[in-house]
Amino acid sequence: MAHAATHDHHDHHGAPKGFFQRWVMSTNHKDIGTLYLIFSLTMFFIGGAFAMVIRAELFKPGMQLVQPYFFNEMTTMHALVMIFGAIMPSFVGLANWMIPLMVGAPDMALPRMNNLSFWIMPFAFILLLSTLFMPGGGPAGGWTMYPPLSLQGESIAYTIFAVHLMGISSIMGAINIIATILNMRAPGMDLLKMPVFVWSWLITAFLLIAVMPVLAGAVTMLLTDKYFHTNFFNAAGGGDPVLFQHIFWFFGHPEVYIMILPAFGIISEIIPTFSRKPIFGYRAMVFAIASIAFLSFIVWAHHMFAVGLPMGAEIFFMYATMLIAVPTGVKVFNWVSTMWGGSMTFETPMLFSIAFVILFTIGGFSGLMLALAPADFQYHDTYFVVAHFHYVLVTGAAFSIMAAAYYWLPKWSGNMYSETWGKIHFWSSVISVNVLFFPQHFLGLAGMPRRIPDYNVAFANFNMISSIGGFWFGASQLIFLGVVIHCVFFSKKKAADRSWEGAKGLEWTVPSPAPFHTFDVPPVIHDDELAHGNTEH
Amino acid sequence: MTSGGIGRSISAWAAGALALFGGAAWANPEPNQLNMTKGAAEWSPYAMHMVALWVCVVIGIVVFGAMFIAMFRFRKSRGAVAEKWSHSTKLEVVWTVIPVIILIFLAHLATGGLTSFADTTNSEMTIKVTGYQWKWRYDYVDYKGKGVDQVGFISKLEETSDRTRQLKSNLDPDKIKVDGYNTYLLDVDKPLVLPTNTKIRFVIVGGDVIHSWWVPALGWKMDAIPGIANAAWTNIKEPGVYRGQCAELCGQDHGFMPIVVKAVPRAEFEQWLATQEDEAKVQKAAQTAQTVPAQAPQG
Repeated sequence: MAHAATHDHHDHHGAPKGFFQRWVMSTNHKDIGTLYLIFSLTMFFIGGAFAMVIRAELFKPGMQLVQPYFFNEMTTMHALVMIFGAIMPSFVGLANWMIPLMVGAPDMALPRMNNLSFWIMPFAFILLLSTLFMPGGGPAGGWTMYPPLSLQGESIAYTIFAVHLMGISSIMGAINIIATILNMRAPGMDLLKMPVFVWSWLITAFLLIAVMPVLAGAVTMLLTDKYFHTNFFNAAGGGDPVLFQHIFWFFGHPEVYIMILPAFGIISEIIPTFSRKPIFGYRAMVFAIASIAFLSFIVWAHHMFAVGLPMGAEIFFMYATMLIAVPTGVKVFNWVSTMWGGSMTFETPMLFSIAFVILFTIGGFSGLMLALAPADFQYHDTYFVVAHFHYVLVTGAAFSIMAAAYYWLPKWSGNMYSETWGKIHFWSSVISVNVLFFPQHFLGLAGMPRRIPDYNVAFANFNMISSIGGFWFGASQLIFLGVVIHCVFFSKKKAADRSWEGAKGLEWTVPSPAPFHTFDVPPVIHDDELAHGNTEH
Repeated sequence: MTSGGIGRSISAWAAGALALFGGAAWANPEPNQLNMTKGAAEWSPYAMHMVALWVCVVIGIVVFGAMFIAMFRFRKSRGAVAEKWSHSTKLEVVWTVIPVIILIFLAHLATGGLTSFADTTNSEMTIKVTGYQWKWRYDYVDYKGKGVDQVGFISKLEETSDRTRQLKSNLDPDKIKVDGYNTYLLDVDKPLVLPTNTKIRFVIVGGDVIHSWWVPALGWKMDAIPGIANAAWTNIKEPGVYRGQCAELCGQDHGFMPIVVKAVPRAEFEQWLATQEDEAKVQKAAQTAQTVPAQAPQG
């Protein structure tokens, strides 16, 4: 037994042959990264299917397809699956694949824990999704799980245990990423020479460690309120329902930055590559990410402007929230400056990145408007908010993940994807996503609350337009699936080691596809080889 | 086209744009409405909203404009050669300071709005609003410094909408109209009647789960939370019927608990209130009359 283990350990020739051994028992950062990415893509389609149910019911006034309670299950599950199942794991997958390659490390610092943090996820989601098939149905109180409503649900225990598991997975992933970045960089890869993507993940990982336990605490209190007669959030027993919201959003606001900071990192890698020009203001970019991360801890109550906070609190949280516009603005201006004076080409990753900058900024604008507490008394809990967070999460986070997939697919698979089909996917997605979400601004301003299964006839036209955009956007993602499958299994066009003309950084110095083991011997760092090595003085 | 013709067409277009973007004082949702209502009350975040919107539009034009110029000028296919610079402290200071100045201006406006919203003093009337799954209860607490005697009622979705909204009812939501205005899911059996030109204080609570009381024409929403009494105020300037909905997810019929406020001139309101008080007295008397004989044999 011991002998076999030793033998396995020194087998550096390639991946294990057996399917079970290779994928289930994997300790290889590339294979685990692939698992994360496949898992999150699967969840993206499951969560997308829930969204299709929502948009189908909202296609026209009147209830045609589902009962209102099931509609609420769909909105709740759509959010939980997309946030915890699609966006977060795909960023962790990208971190797994790319961080060791980008800092010149042979693997993640804690490979066995890496395996565990992935393999918890499928079980967490089986637990969560199984509630849909149980008597009483799935959670229907919204992903925010506000009591007392969430405590009326019969599946709250399943949801809470699923959230606990996801939290454990995220915390382990974050510890692993921090340990890797701080301990395993190749000699010469100073902190301020690291790619912005690595920086963004280092900061994100600290956010994860800080707030996932807070979420775990909040949902555990829900659990004891429901089953063990505590009264944390029960007003009749001396508790306070608003307390839950404070705790939840103390987690929740950093959480939304957990879903966007790695996106900033990705965009900061792709735009310089296709502009053939170093990123503008590297240090400012890193500092902006750190400032945004810090501010994310002191703005949570802007999700609660309508709960009747004292005026002093409203003013504090309003000012703090508005401050976020400053570092975010710096990032957008720096991306534009990176493009200015460059020599640009527009391959699919660049197209998604440019769309990210424009559409994420639109989401930022509505975010600034929402920060103004008096105006938020109107916007709050309407489709204006729905439009806002879909602009930052779909055309923000999800677009950045797609950009990253196109950007690094050649490195992962050794093949080039079909540029034509990539561009078709891009244009189809970028047009449909605006047809889908832009009219929702109008709906919200006109007075349509969110999370309702049916609406007045005045809201009919924009809802129908939005639904058509929704079906179109959903269908467009099948193109993405096709492009990825084609690239990995059928593409005849081999990728060069440096797959993009302007690409810099260590990941492009290893062969394509990246061999099973890379950087067994730390690479010698030449500053001009790095994306950000010799750009600042 | 003559210059006058151009001028006329521009002003016609501007009038149309104005109508679309806030010229018309919509009180209730209108088909294809694009913008927030100006509202019918003294306090309204409409102006603040429009300032913020235009600030965003202008910044957007500048930033996206620069991006599109860059994408056009600096493309490899036009022979652009990448420059080497990647830093400019001067520029970075500029685009940190300018946003800060804009934000201070917006914060100043918003703070004023918050301060006036938070001031519920000097109200002439108090209404208690209670949210239940899935209906509202209104209690008239006091009017002009005097307690109101037992006027309160439940207000819930009216019957035609309720029948139409059932799954596969095959009833047409388009047909539900009051005075030519479609009221599907926006009408109740008994509206909240309020006087105009009166500062009204609302005390808002939740009876079971959290709800949120929202009438867009009044300019705000406020959560109705079990165990907490929230306060807000309004002063309605125009008589009319103003419609709204519950804005906080509160269970399966969250979408089916509308709010209707009927604002009437003070004299008319006083008359209405007096009738309600009389009815309440009659009802109470009838109840006591019933309970007394019932108890008598026991005694």
